[in-house]
Amino acid sequence: MNAPSPTADVSALDAALTFDQASMVFPDGTHAVDNVSFDVHPGEFVGVVGPSGCGKSTLLKMASGLLTYTGGAVELADDNIGYVFQDATLLPWRTVQKNVELFMELHDVPKDERAVRASEAIELVSLSGFEKHHPKRLSGGMRMRVSLARSLTMNPGLFLFDEPFGALDEITRERLNDELVRLFLRENFAGLFITHSIQEAVFLSTRVLVMSARPGRIVGDFDVPFEYPRTEEIRYSPEFAELSGRVSEALRDGHE
Amino acid sequence: MTETTVPIDEASDAVTVASTSAPPSAARSAKSESIGLKSFASLLGPPVVVFVSFVGLWYAYSAWVGETERKISSPYPHAVLQEAFFQWDQLSELIAATWVTTKVATVGLIIAVILGILFAVLMSQAKWIERSFYPYAVLLQTMPILALVPLIGLRWGFGFNSRVIVCVIISLFPIITNTLFGLKSTERGHHDLFRLHGAGRLTRLKKLHFPGALPAMFTGFQISAGLSVIGAIVGDFFFGRGEKGLGIKIRDYTSFLETEMLIGGIIFSALLGITMFQLFGVLGRLLTGSWHESGGDGT
Repeated sequence: MNAPSPTADVSALDAALTFDQASMVFPDGTHAVDNVSFDVHPGEFVGVVGPSGCGKSTLLKMASGLLTYTGGAVELADDNIGYVFQDATLLPWRTVQKNVELFMELHDVPKDERAVRASEAIELVSLSGFEKHHPKRLSGGMRMRVSLARSLTMNPGLFLFDEPFGALDEITRERLNDELVRLFLRENFAGLFITHSIQEAVFLSTRVLVMSARPGRIVGDFDVPFEYPRTEEIRYSPEFAELSGRVSEALRDGHE
Repeated sequence: MTETTVPIDEASDAVTVASTSAPPSAARSAKSESIGLKSFASLLGPPVVVFVSFVGLWYAYSAWVGETERKISSPYPHAVLQEAFFQWDQLSELIAATWVTTKVATVGLIIAVILGILFAVLMSQAKWIERSFYPYAVLLQTMPILALVPLIGLRWGFGFNSRVIVCVIISLFPIITNTLFGLKSTERGHHDLFRLHGAGRLTRLKKLHFPGALPAMFTGFQISAGLSVIGAIVGDFFFGRGEKGLGIKIRDYTSFLETEMLIGGIIFSALLGITMFQLFGVLGRLLTGSWHESGGDGT
């Protein structure tokens, strides 16, 4: 059976992740997420934009089980998820190769298989040749690639991205966006991508959700019609600008 | 295909950036590569100037105090060299004493390292264990060791064991605190990462906390290595009997007014302390220098 293509009608498939009227109230009374409902299907890449502190990251923590939601339901089709943080969270004492092998080590994958799968993942993120480097000798963008490779080794059906490129400069960020689209097409995972950059969300996603200021609610839901693979030119097209404008407007409305 | 060539460009750009500019570690590595005779001189120059000035002042002082004082307390530097270093029977006496002290300090330090790590690991695992033991670790550190030494001598005799105990007591605290600090300073994100992949307590300790704590641990070992030498000499000095280490020799030289030999003993004590301190510095850099920010350039 062929994997679903990102542009096919995906709503017919079982969701990889479901938020059903989910809420999160912290013990200190902070109401972070309020009554949020949406699905992420295989072949879908959902971008979430929202103002700082609106509970975007909390969404991912709820999805991954790092936080237990306090209302509604959050369901994962499969526990094998990739989770990429804003910080690359590499272990500084491990080389690139050893960092990429970490998750497999924690899941008791045999040594030989670890080496093979790690090499494949490193090649996928274009870091071949850097296997023996320690993280301190890599640039921010390269560290993020290692972080991606580390998750790719587990072949997750769902990827959670928590502003992974937020700390990078514009050029590196755009290059990594291209890379991510390429990986998305190749590996066909479902993606949930948190960012505060509207352009990034629109460029990457099949669908963009807009969250309001705290307590975070979904106040906008946009389908992104552009064909994959998306090229740089899309960023400068009138349609791209028009959609970004609408997302931006929803963001402003939700902020008031 | 443009999609694949672009990332490679970025990767190679990034490497050039990393090796030519900004990051402090890279800057330092570039500096160490260019160490020529000139920068070597500028590195050693200042301390050498201080040393020469010190010896000069010493000469001036010894000359100024006059014949009698010179004999009792302030011999010329060359007199110290002649007595303590250029006569084999005298020198061998100091070397033998240094060896005795080295053995005591080393055994004490090894025990302190083992105990210190053990306590720190236990304390890092549960708040209540930390709360139970930490006040006593502080007490151990703040209590003047001299007050304790006679009691230790009465209890366990004046031999090797008692001297080792003094060393352990004096050098335990920095190992506990630095190891504990290292174990507890794990980044939140790393912790989440291990939790997401279902890693148990032991796996986290082995693969996350412990390797991350190594640089801090070596800082502790280094401080304790110096303290352990102090402990060995103090114990020795106060017990005043048994195998003759540097402490006993220093005491003997003082009572017989052999001031040149006394200064020789002080110099050997200092050398021993510095050697132990540096040894752990080098060991730490070997183990963590390739990845730790404050370490070498990693090549």
